[in-house]
Amino acid sequence: MEIKPKIKSIPYEEFKDNATLEKLIDDLHEGGVNVVTGSLDQLINWGRSNSLWSLTFATSCCGIEFMACGCSRYDFARFGFEVTRNSPRQADLIMCAGTITHKMAPALKRLYDEMAEPKYVIAVGGCAISGGPFKSSYHVVKGIEEIVPVDVFIPGCPPRPEAIMYGMMQLQRKVKIEKFFGGANHKQSEAERELGVSNEELVARRLGDHRREPIVVTDVPQEFVEQMKKEKEENA
Amino acid sequence: MKLEHLVFDFDKFASEMQNLKDKKHFDYLVTIVGEDFGAEEGLGCVYILENTDSHERCSVKMLAKVVDGESVIPTVTNIWHVADLLEREVYDFFGILFLGHPDMRRLFLRNDFKGHPFRKDWKFNDDYVLEDDKEPDYGMEYWLDKDGHLCSKQNKLFTDDDYVINIGPQHPSTHGVLRLQTVVDGETVKRVYPHLGYIHRGIEKMCESYTYPQSLALTDRLNYLSAMMHRHALVGVIEEGMGVELTDRIKYIRTIMDELQRLDSHLLYVGCCAQDMGALTAFLYSMRDREHVLNCMEETTGGRLIQNYYRIGGLQDDIDPNFVENVKALVKYLKPMIQEYVDVFGDNIITHNRFEKVGPMDLENCISYAVTGPAGRASGWKNDVRKNHPYDMYDKVEWDQIIMTGCDTMDRYTCHIQEMYQSLRIIEQLIDNIPAGDFYVKQKPIIKVPEGQWYFSVEGASGEFGVYLDSRGDKSPYRLKMRPMGLSLTGALDPMLRGQKIADLVATGAAIDFVIPDIDR
Repeated sequence: MEIKPKIKSIPYEEFKDNATLEKLIDDLHEGGVNVVTGSLDQLINWGRSNSLWSLTFATSCCGIEFMACGCSRYDFARFGFEVTRNSPRQADLIMCAGTITHKMAPALKRLYDEMAEPKYVIAVGGCAISGGPFKSSYHVVKGIEEIVPVDVFIPGCPPRPEAIMYGMMQLQRKVKIEKFFGGANHKQSEAERELGVSNEELVARRLGDHRREPIVVTDVPQEFVEQMKKEKEENA
Repeated sequence: MKLEHLVFDFDKFASEMQNLKDKKHFDYLVTIVGEDFGAEEGLGCVYILENTDSHERCSVKMLAKVVDGESVIPTVTNIWHVADLLEREVYDFFGILFLGHPDMRRLFLRNDFKGHPFRKDWKFNDDYVLEDDKEPDYGMEYWLDKDGHLCSKQNKLFTDDDYVINIGPQHPSTHGVLRLQTVVDGETVKRVYPHLGYIHRGIEKMCESYTYPQSLALTDRLNYLSAMMHRHALVGVIEEGMGVELTDRIKYIRTIMDELQRLDSHLLYVGCCAQDMGALTAFLYSMRDREHVLNCMEETTGGRLIQNYYRIGGLQDDIDPNFVENVKALVKYLKPMIQEYVDVFGDNIITHNRFEKVGPMDLENCISYAVTGPAGRASGWKNDVRKNHPYDMYDKVEWDQIIMTGCDTMDRYTCHIQEMYQSLRIIEQLIDNIPAGDFYVKQKPIIKVPEGQWYFSVEGASGEFGVYLDSRGDKSPYRLKMRPMGLSLTGALDPMLRGQKIADLVATGAAIDFVIPDIDR
């Protein structure tokens, strides 16, 4: 079963960097594809790729171009990208639009960790890719790939809305070839995959157990506790 | 303006500064520039002051005194409120302690940052960690005792009963990565502590190792909505230092471009104001029209958001052949449109209820907190740099400075709307008369600015944007300091919001018009 991600109106050959995509397909489908799950995958991925919800994460200039994408002229609602979420729990991808500084880096990492799998990252603009014009600064992360895994890079300073939409389409193609059923999630790091635990768990193990303790409300009035006990006994 | 510094004694500094304000009416502290003057003089500050009646400016140079191994300067926070954040900035970058400042904490950098990066002997280091920053819940206060020794104590930021809400750094209504630690009592705001630096890129420090033409590229990325104006200020200060005479054509085009940029910024402001209040329609309307403005600029400059158009001695290139025609069409199109935004959003009863009497600040406080731009003019402060210190064509065209008296969020919004009409008026007067001439006055291949200190400011979209340049005759600046438009606005959020409801924080923040990369630099 041949897998070739299709985007309406743009032929496959006109996209750049097809080699990377094909390599990814080969990696994912090394053991052959089951026809049943393969077809189901295609259906699920069709739905997923056409409703990519991004987290509003704009730190500087590129964010304005991202806004322009969502507005009247460019209107990326046509592709199903128009829903932006303010909570990482509800988002499919981080559109990292802008410079990430040393003070912001922990926040980016945390937002990424808070997102539910499957999740994607797009690095928009020179700063997010490599530090861009601020490469020689003492307070700028030289590319967000040092912190989180990146799926698509969109170069530019800032990239034009057309470029942002092209990048989003590349991500769509990537989503379309994924194995949703039974496929290993390629987002997990080596350590995470080996241990079979999440990133939060790894952090907790490194920092000590106190991070994992459940939140217990300690200042419950004694009367209330006794009243509850009494009610429980009566009910029993 | 070439700066001729006044110099005061260390002991008399506080009283002399008070005198400058009380007797000579220098009631607007434009900025405090921290500087490492070199091995001989050590660290110090340059204070730039303005008399708000006569618009005369002066500068005071104060060298820090070394006490017990620390550099100290008496504070001026009790004279000008804006000094609060400005002095914290200097402390952060240079490690100068301000005696009597109640809250000496770092402003931009992380608390575990080693050293003070703007000192000339600081060793470059760009390591970082992904651990959360451990923030102190107290500010330090320093003073000298009778024997001249340095004493310190901790001032608590919160009491035990305080309920603190953390807004940001990733929050949709803060327009970027601003973080506001807000103390609330029920729904009432008791105190707002701004935390900055989440997009601090160290542009000023980078400029010190760049040549002058290289440093231009960075200013566009400050407040990207005022990209032209920011570059104008930097180019202006360098040209003033070098004594470059511009042709009329350059001046005309620069003025038109600045006003187009102001339209772009104000259109986005009008849209974002509406969006923050939950009205998406008005946002789409203004973004639609903003694209037309961008088109006009793009045909000439080649950039959509960041244009990189001005350069030392003129412009990158001549205007597009269709530029005049396009701008005229734009003006014709936009004029009736502005009324439409007001109809859709500005005159809505909900908007009036959300904006009126919200985030008030009177004239006296506006000057003390240095709330420049439309926000200050909404309180009746005639602070437009285009009128007070005219540059390029602004003193040769007819236009009005918009002054309102409501002192609240509604007037700040209306002020922006009215300013769009004035921008169109300025453009209309100039567009037909662009004189022939060179668009670029040829400069030497290596640009050097003679020794001296200059300060040049322009009116950005949301306030005064100024650049201080200290040149030692080199091909790169010795110290370059930008006066951001938003820093003083952020400092003013706290007094504006005390006693207001937490929902008003969003309304006030939306209408005050700050862009965070400009504050953090």
